[in-house]
Amino acid sequence: MTYLHNIGAYFLMIKDMFRKPTKWSVMRDLIFKDIDDLIIGSLGIVAFISFFVGGVVTIQTALNITSPIIPKYLVGFATRQSIILEFAPTFISIIMAGKVGSFITSSIGTMRVTEQIDALEVMGINAVNYLVFPKFIALMLYPFVISIAMFLGIIGGMAACIYGGFSTVDDYITGIQLDFIPFHITYAFIKTFVFAFVLATIPSFHGYYMKGGALEVGKASTTAFVWTSVVIILLNYVLTQLLLSS
Amino acid sequence: MIEVKNIHKSFGDAHILKGISTTFEKGKTSLVIGQSGSGKTVFLKCLLGLFQPEEGSILYDGSIYSEMNTDQKRHLRSEIGMVFQGSALFDSMTILENVMFPLRMFTKQSKSEMEDRADFVLKRVNLEDAHNKMPSEASGGMQKRVAIARAIVNKPKYLFCDEPNSGLDPKTAIVIDNLIQEITEEYNITTVINSHDMNSVMEIGEKIVFLKDGLKAWEGSKENIFKTDNEVVTDFVYSSELFKKVRQMYLEERH
Ligand SMILES: Nc1ncnc2c1ncn2[C@@H]1O[C@H](COP(=O)(O)OP(=O)(O)O)[C@@H](O)[C@H]1O
Ligand SMILES: [Mg+2]
Repeated sequence: MTYLHNIGAYFLMIKDMFRKPTKWSVMRDLIFKDIDDLIIGSLGIVAFISFFVGGVVTIQTALNITSPIIPKYLVGFATRQSIILEFAPTFISIIMAGKVGSFITSSIGTMRVTEQIDALEVMGINAVNYLVFPKFIALMLYPFVISIAMFLGIIGGMAACIYGGFSTVDDYITGIQLDFIPFHITYAFIKTFVFAFVLATIPSFHGYYMKGGALEVGKASTTAFVWTSVVIILLNYVLTQLLLSS
Repeated sequence: MIEVKNIHKSFGDAHILKGISTTFEKGKTSLVIGQSGSGKTVFLKCLLGLFQPEEGSILYDGSIYSEMNTDQKRHLRSEIGMVFQGSALFDSMTILENVMFPLRMFTKQSKSEMEDRADFVLKRVNLEDAHNKMPSEASGGMQKRVAIARAIVNKPKYLFCDEPNSGLDPKTAIVIDNLIQEITEEYNITTVINSHDMNSVMEIGEKIVFLKDGLKAWEGSKENIFKTDNEVVTDFVYSSELFKKVRQMYLEERH
């Protein structure tokens, strides 16, 4: 019952997000601030993780190919596929659910418990539009973050080849160009857009409708992380089935 | 003037306001007092339209709030200033930006006009040189002043304050109380203040509404609150030793 209620409240919030827009001159500043906090602020950690995980994927693939009849360029191929299809869009999104999601929940939740949201509403401002819409717009740049993750993941794999000697650079480059299917990129970016929407709205929902004090802000952040991850994983399954199994 | 007619408000099974009627006049500081949990904040949020009462009506200068259309409500909102219990300053903005915020939202003024006006009200609340501080760097008393400045910057007709001096030392509390009263008279505002503080009653209570268990237990002026025999009120007013002494002296003087 409460689940149904929450799901209903979530969709009503989404509707409210597009109603009664905030004055553009104010909204523009909010969007730039959120781009800075949510997108620019995440580049460092995403770059770091992508580069090293790309390297690890390459090393493990290389170590698992023991049969001499499997060509060495498969290392690059496998790295590219796992990074573009799953690692960059899905797993980076789970990490972002922790980083960006908990930031969103705690900042909106704090505004709720300190009556800043009431203050907005007293002034006749649509608080959902004011708070959530700029995050939604900022996260429309999320595919840019994921492109960087894809690129650095593949570069990380190449670095592992160069410095670890798991494959030659020529083989690796042949591998990453092998059987390239452009639709895989489309698939990855469709997922990315959907996850961006989830990342902007589910943590906002948990912050916006929370009750209580500072302790509850912490709890709400944790709950928001769990639900954001669960929804991302489920949608990942559904979208993969829909888009790739035809 | 604000007229409140028989408002009821419940949360689930909890009946918080059980039919309250009163009026608040222009240019006067009215006080809503009562113990913690007596429903003062809920009452104020009903006046503000943050909560919808299930029954009863609220009239702002004769127009019934619940019957206004969206534009009228929006217009009314721009004429309301509110000082929240915890100040509710936007913590991502500087003090100056906080005070300018209602102007950015509701007016077409240029940046320098807004800055001038914000500067003026900040001076009015005796904050000269804190413009570029963040709210977290300001003391409780300063935050309250900023909240008052933000509430009055757009020249409101109605000002609401939820426990404006809670958490402040007695001296600062009196300064804040007096500031609100001066502003009320100066700009002819209808002001409603929630309080549980007898010092505020002594300082600024031109009209006092006493809430208890969701009902209006008493209303009157500050002179009368010390003379009334209403037990609920005397219980609250003379809960402290200091006020017990004052009453004793007063009664002795009369006999
Ligand atoms: N949003 C809400 N949901 C449910 N109960 C509430 C809500 N707001 C206030 N209450 C209840 O209403 C009662 C009165 O609260 P409040 O108006 O904050 O008291 P006061 O301001 O006089 O200290 C309390 O019992 C409180 O638990
Ligand atoms: Mg209260």
